[in-house]
This record gives sequence, structure tokens and C-alpha cells, in this order.
Amino acid sequence: MTTVLTLAVLALVAIAIWQMTKIFELSQLKSEHAQIANDEDNKNNGYLLFAFMVFTYLITIFCFWKYSKFFLPDASSAHGEEYDYLMLVSFVIIFIVQFITQALLHYFGYKYRGKKGNKALFYADNDRLEFIWTIIPVIVLAGLILWGLYTWTTIMDVNDEDDPLIVELYAQQFNWTARYGGNDNVLGQANVRMIDIDRANVLGLDEGDSYATDDVIVKELHLPVGRKVNFKMRSQDVLHSAYMPHFRAQMNCVPGMTTEFSFTPIKTTEQIRQDPDVIDKVKRTNAIRAERAAKGEDNSDPWEYDYILLCNKICGRSHYNMQMKIIVETQEEYEAWIASQQTFGQTMAASE
Amino acid sequence: MSVTAHAHADDHAHDEEHHHHKETFVTKYIFSQDHKMIAKQYLITGLIMGFIGIAMSLMFRMQIAWPGESFMLFEAVLGKWAPDGVMDADMYLALVTIHGTIMVFFVLTAGLSGTFSNLLIPLQIGARDMASGFLNMLSYWMFFTSSVIMVISLFVEAGPAAAGWTIYPPLSALPMAQPGSGMGMTLWLVSMAIFIASSLLGSLNYIVTVLNLRTKGMSMTRLPLTIWAFFVTAVIGVISFPVLLSAALLLIMDRSFGTSFFLSDIFIQGEVLHYQGGSPVLYEHLFWFLGHPEVYIVLLPALGITSEVMSTNARKPIFGYRAMVASILAIAFLSTIVWGHHMFISGMNPFLGSVFTFTTLLIAIPSAVKAFNYITTLWKGNLQLNPAMLFSIGLVSTFITGGLTGIILGDSTLDINVHDTYFVVAHFHLVMGISALYGLFAGVYHWFPKMFEGKMMNKNLGYVHFWVTAVCAYGVFFPMHFVGMAGVPRRYYENTAFPMFDEFTDVQVLMTVFALIAGLAQLVFLYNFIHSIFYGKKGPKNPWNSNTLEWTAEVKHIHGNWDGPIPEVHRWAYDYSKVDKNGEYIIPGQDFVPQTIPLQEDEEELNH
Repeated sequence: MTTVLTLAVLALVAIAIWQMTKIFELSQLKSEHAQIANDEDNKNNGYLLFAFMVFTYLITIFCFWKYSKFFLPDASSAHGEEYDYLMLVSFVIIFIVQFITQALLHYFGYKYRGKKGNKALFYADNDRLEFIWTIIPVIVLAGLILWGLYTWTTIMDVNDEDDPLIVELYAQQFNWTARYGGNDNVLGQANVRMIDIDRANVLGLDEGDSYATDDVIVKELHLPVGRKVNFKMRSQDVLHSAYMPHFRAQMNCVPGMTTEFSFTPIKTTEQIRQDPDVIDKVKRTNAIRAERAAKGEDNSDPWEYDYILLCNKICGRSHYNMQMKIIVETQEEYEAWIASQQTFGQTMAASE
Repeated sequence: MSVTAHAHADDHAHDEEHHHHKETFVTKYIFSQDHKMIAKQYLITGLIMGFIGIAMSLMFRMQIAWPGESFMLFEAVLGKWAPDGVMDADMYLALVTIHGTIMVFFVLTAGLSGTFSNLLIPLQIGARDMASGFLNMLSYWMFFTSSVIMVISLFVEAGPAAAGWTIYPPLSALPMAQPGSGMGMTLWLVSMAIFIASSLLGSLNYIVTVLNLRTKGMSMTRLPLTIWAFFVTAVIGVISFPVLLSAALLLIMDRSFGTSFFLSDIFIQGEVLHYQGGSPVLYEHLFWFLGHPEVYIVLLPALGITSEVMSTNARKPIFGYRAMVASILAIAFLSTIVWGHHMFISGMNPFLGSVFTFTTLLIAIPSAVKAFNYITTLWKGNLQLNPAMLFSIGLVSTFITGGLTGIILGDSTLDINVHDTYFVVAHFHLVMGISALYGLFAGVYHWFPKMFEGKMMNKNLGYVHFWVTAVCAYGVFFPMHFVGMAGVPRRYYENTAFPMFDEFTDVQVLMTVFALIAGLAQLVFLYNFIHSIFYGKKGPKNPWNSNTLEWTAEVKHIHGNWDGPIPEVHRWAYDYSKVDKNGEYIIPGQDFVPQTIPLQEDEEELNH
């Protein structure tokens, strides 16, 4: 419906402009150089510039009113709170600058629309003005840079303090696998050259490495809440990117090297499902899905909110569907879950 | 610090003789060595490529808005890639890839910079032609060849290149990873290699021409800002394009000769490949060493055109000429040391990310200066709102809107969560795509009379073109930021695999509808352009009352541009509405003083 309306409005606007210009064209037959803007054109387009300024504000307001509820819920990781705050401040600055500059630009376009006989001001330079609008961005940007860099250094400092959980994220076209270090919390050696599909050694673990024996390989990522997790990313074929938007976390997976990212989840899946914004979102989404179900379409079963790991680097045909569910749970739940999983050693023994 | 121009009187002496060779159809329209004809060749080739590129974007926008829907159009255009009218996932990626490639390189690099550098450099510096007409011709024909190869690659059995316009290996290197990485990618690489050679020949020619062939009195500080922009663009092109060539060559080696520059430890389709020790991150460095300056290669000419068009139509000098030149130089310098901001989360050392954040946010400063200077140029002007002027104002608007979100993406911290999402797509389309296109349109409307012997484009169609495009451009890309903030990755064939994206369907539809209308508006331009070439009304010799030299050249295209001696320059290009002590215009009854008019008695030369 919105579509039809938008279409109709725009078509009408276009027709109106066209008709208007036709009339002006007809009324100016006498003028010698019909293709150069005259006072009438300047007036009309001056007003349109003003209208356009209003349009830019309206579309901003419209988008915020209608689409800001799309934003991801508050960060579910420790560093994510700082990230969200920095993002908010940056946005406030951006919108202030956007508001002022667009106003000036379009208002001047409207205010100083040309008229025969008007005289423009010969105003070629003003060092003081230019100094002002050089130094203000310098100061603001210096602040943002320092804050951003401080946060960045903290986030990217992947270290072994606070007994982090070590998890490998393994990417391949077009799915994810996670590997835990097991009881010793140390990942066994691995390389694609040791992959043995027949024996289900799909991640290429070194079967002779004792650290590998107790590794746990799974297709669903479980994380205990409140414990730092150090991710080691690998890819076996092309570039992928491990994107965990709820945790403000992303790192590319690069064949031939191991990349790292680290964060501490602070909300369990159960907790995020209780977030009012999330409850609303689930409600809206399930309404859409119910509509689909009524029409007998696919992809229509009710949805429960979950953290998710997406691939965010173009990786081929099914890039759009390369995902893994993430479940954040309490320490006890996590321990119970990991204990119920087969270790690499057990899998290998079974395949003998 | 005004530099005195070297008056090479003798350099121009030989220009006075005129050799009127008999021109055949082939030498005049095809293998022409005349810069004006070559400019038109660039423009028309660029517009044709632009038509293809935009049509592709409309098709994949339809796929995103109505995923899995069957369209007759798809079946008709894509054939086997749209069985029963439903777009194939590989074809979707191919369209995205080729759209990016065509728009960035073929339309906005060659179509914009190639057209206007060729047209304006000789005309605005007062030269008979480029330093080397032959190289210039060669440059165009290499561009043409590369365009043809790129178009041919669309018809390859296994499909065209589909690894994204950045063609990151290993995806682009391994045909097993993606069908488009076979013959399609080979042709892509060959096409780009030729394109780079073309671009280098062109750029060297521009640089030499600007440095050596300026007319008497045309010092560097009297150059119109267009020429400054084209000149600096050519310099960054010469610095950065060769690095892309090396990336392409190494990739060709990896693909065809089994080397391991970019590949290592790969297990695909059940077998381990022999590659060992290479790194895709190295490729990313090489690619973006061009890729980022490329943004400015695209944008600077547009900004140069805007400076000129805005000043002329505001009937005011451009505000802060020296600051503008300094900004262009600062942007050019910084543009070569910011490439890493595309790679914050590529796995490179985080410390490197810090450095690139620093340099990236620095580049916002000259950009801000430029934006403020444009706004001040409008202040207290007598604005002649011709279509070219509207596109220039539109450019400043999208440049600001798109540029501001760069503060988010350039900040390594904030980039983490919006990297490779629709937020990025919205950002760069506004700041470089739409802005540069506006620059291109502004240039076409403004210099159409110069290109087509005095004929002018229809202004009313121009107004319709501008206003519909302006509304739709924001209509497409403004909501897109919000989709990106919601975490939707780019280059997804459809978003149905994630229930969390279900409620964005409406926005996607809205954006696509705006895109389709914007596409239609371009047909208005196309009609206006073609119609005016043949039936356009002739305007006056200097239709916009401009100061620059091109309007003193003959309306009819002759080889050598000026029938008599080439004009001498006595002042900068921006003496609009300049008044004497009594508040009267320098030339009574005329609010502009062309560069060829000597300084009047008691007149102060203001070269700001």
C-alpha cells in the first residue's frame, strides 16, 4: 500500500513539475534564450530548494519514527555498552552538523535566488571564517579519534587474563562450526591438510596432539554468561566474516591464518528475550509470519528470538544463508551442555 | 604567494599556423586525435556503460525487495540465469559485482574524469589540444576495448565475475568456489588491466598538458578549480592505479600459473589445494591502495566541476580559492594513506587500524572546509538556478550527508558492527556515487553547448530530471542507513533466511520503488541528451556568462580551438560581480570579467 501511495505521489509531483514548466515555457516564447534560467525559473527552483530542505528533515523524522525500532537491541557484551555510547555521541554530532549545514545550503539557495538587477556580493575570502571552520572539525574529530582509539585498543586487546574460554570459529562454504578446547581449554593443532572427511575429522585436527583429544566440535555456539570468550577464527576455503551483531563483534576468517576477537557476553538468551524492545520486535515479526502462514507461504513458523552468527563477507552462492545460532546461558547450563557433547577423541574412536 | 607565470611566447608561436587537413569520417569521428571529440567519445561510452550499470542495480534491487518473485523481465534479460523468471543466486552476486565495477571505473572514472578532463583542460588553460593527441586517442580506444571486454564477460557460459567489485581472493581465484571465478573473472581481470593502462595514458597526458601548455598569463594560481581537480586527480591516478595492476597481475598468476601470492591452506570440494604461504590480506592491501584513492579519483573531478558551476551561477567568486586548492591537495595526499579503513576487521594488526583511523578522520577536515566554502559561495549570491547549478547544490547536499556517516565508518571501533552492512552501502553511494553522478550531470548540462557546438539542453526536462533524482536518491539511501544499523549484511541474495530481518521487507520495497523511479528519471535525461544533440536550440556563445577561457573559443569545433591566436590571461577565473571603488561593475553593465580582460586602472588583483 505504501508503495502504491509513494508511487502515486511521486508520479503526481513529476507531472505537476512538468506541467508547471510547460506553462512557463509557453509564457516565455518571446525570450531569446529559452534554455537559460530566467527569474521565473530562479523563483520556482528557489522555492523548490526550500521545499527540499523540508523534505530532508521530513525523511529524517520519518525514518526515525518508523525505522529506529529496527536498531539492534542494547549490546549484549561488555565492550558493547561503550560501543553503543560512542555510537550515540557520534550520531548526535552528525545530526547537529547535518541539520545546520543542510539548512544553510538550501536556505541560501532559496534566499539568494537570482533576479535580474540583483547584485551579488564580491566576497572571495575570509581567513578568520576559514580558520573557524577548520579548527572546529579539528577539535571535534580529535575528541572522537582519541575516544575511538582508546575503545578500539581495549576491544582488540585479546589476552589470556581472567581465564577466558577459548573457542574456535571455523568457516567454510556455507556453514559454521565451533570448537571448544575441552577440559584443558586448549585447542589442539589443526590444519586443512589433516582433514580426513572419511573419518569425520572435518576440521583437520592433529589426531596425534593430546590437546586435541578432548576438543568438542559443535554446530551451535554455547557461551556462558559473564565469562570472557577468546575466539580464534579459521576458514578453510574463501574469506568469511564472523559477524555477531548483538555483541558488536566482527572479524574476518582468513584462509591461511588465524584471526582473533574477544568479548564477554553479559546477557543470557533468556534475558534478551525479556528485553521490552525485543518482545515488541518478536511480536511484530510473528504477526508478519502469521500473515504468511495464513496465505500458506513458507518461512512462516513462529519465531523465538536468538543471538545469531552471520557470515558478512561475500563467500559465494549461499552467502546469504550462512549462519549459526548462539546461545548464551548460565555457567551451570553451559557446563551441562558441554558435558553432554562428544569429544573429538570419542568421535575418532567411534569411526575406527 | 602568487607565482608569476612563465610566459612561453615562443611555445605558442607554432600554434599560429593552421593546417587544415582534409578530415575523413574515420579521422573525425572514430580515430580522432582532437580532445573535444575524444571527450564526447568518453562521455557517450560512459553513458552507455552507465545505462547498463544502473539497469543491473534496478534488477537486483527488485530481487531484494521481492525475493524469489518471478519477473518476466528477468527471464527476458537474464535467460538461463532466471529460470521461470526467478533470479539465480549466482547471477545476483554477478549483477552486484558488475554494477560496482562498471559504475566506479567505467562511468565515474572514465565517463566523468575522462570526459571533462579531455574537454576542459585544453580549453580552460588556453591550449590548442592535449600534449599528445595520439596518446589521448590511444587512451580512449583502450578504454573502449576494456568496456567491450567487460560487456562480453557478461555472456560467458559460467557467468560473469561475481566475487564483489573488490574481487577478494580466494573467492575470485578459485572457479570451484564460484562459477563466476572461471572465464568471467579472467575477462574481468583482462578488461581491468587494459582499463588501467588507458587510465595511466590519459592521466600522464593531463598532467603534462596542465604543467606545460598553459597560455600566457595562466599561472597555477589562476587556474580554474576544475583544472586543479583534474590535475590532482590525474596525479593520484598515476600513483595508485599501478598498484591495482600489480594486484591484478599477481591474481592472474595465482589463478593461471599456480603461484601462491594470495592463497594458502585451502580445502575445497573435498581436496586440499597446493597453495601455501600466501595471504588474502596482502591482496586487500594492494586493492585498497588503489581502491581508496579511487574514491577521490571519482569525487575530485565532480567537486571541481561543482566549484566552477557554482561560482558561475552564483555570480560570485568561489569562496576561499586558496583553501579550496589546499583542500584538494590535502585530500589527495591523505587519500593515499587511509586505505586500511576498509580493513579494520580483515585480520590485520589492530595497531595498524589505529593509524588508519587517525588518518581517515583527518581527511574529514579538508572535506568540511570544502563543504563550508561551497555554502559560503552561495551566501549573498545572485543564484541562477540552471539545472547544472541545482545538481551542484545537490552534490554538496549528498556530499555532506554521505560524508558525515564516514565519521562512523572511519572510526575503527564503530566500524566493527556496521562493516559490510547496508550502512556502508548507503554511505558510499551518497558520498561518492550520487555526488559524483551529480557532478557528471552538472558538467553535462553546463558544458553541453561547448561539446555540441552551441546547442543547449532543454532546461525544463533538466529540472524534472534533477528534482525527481534528488528526491529518489535520498529515498533510496536514507532509509538504507537504518537497515544497516539493524545489522543487515550487504550482498545477501535474500534476507528471508533470518527471521530477525522479516520486518525490513517494507523498507526494502520502499527503497526499490524509489530506485525504479530514479531509473525512469534518467530516461528523461537520456531523451534530453540525445534530442538536444540533434535538435537542441543554439544558445549564445557564452550562455552562462562565464569567465573561463573555453567560452572564448570558437563555437564551431575547429582543430586548435581558437581561430586566431590563443588568448592571453590577465586575471583569475572568478571575477564575478567584482566592483570598483564606486561600487560599479568593472565592466559597466556586465557582472563578470572574463580572464582575457586586462586589469583595469586602479583595479586591485585579488587572487584569493
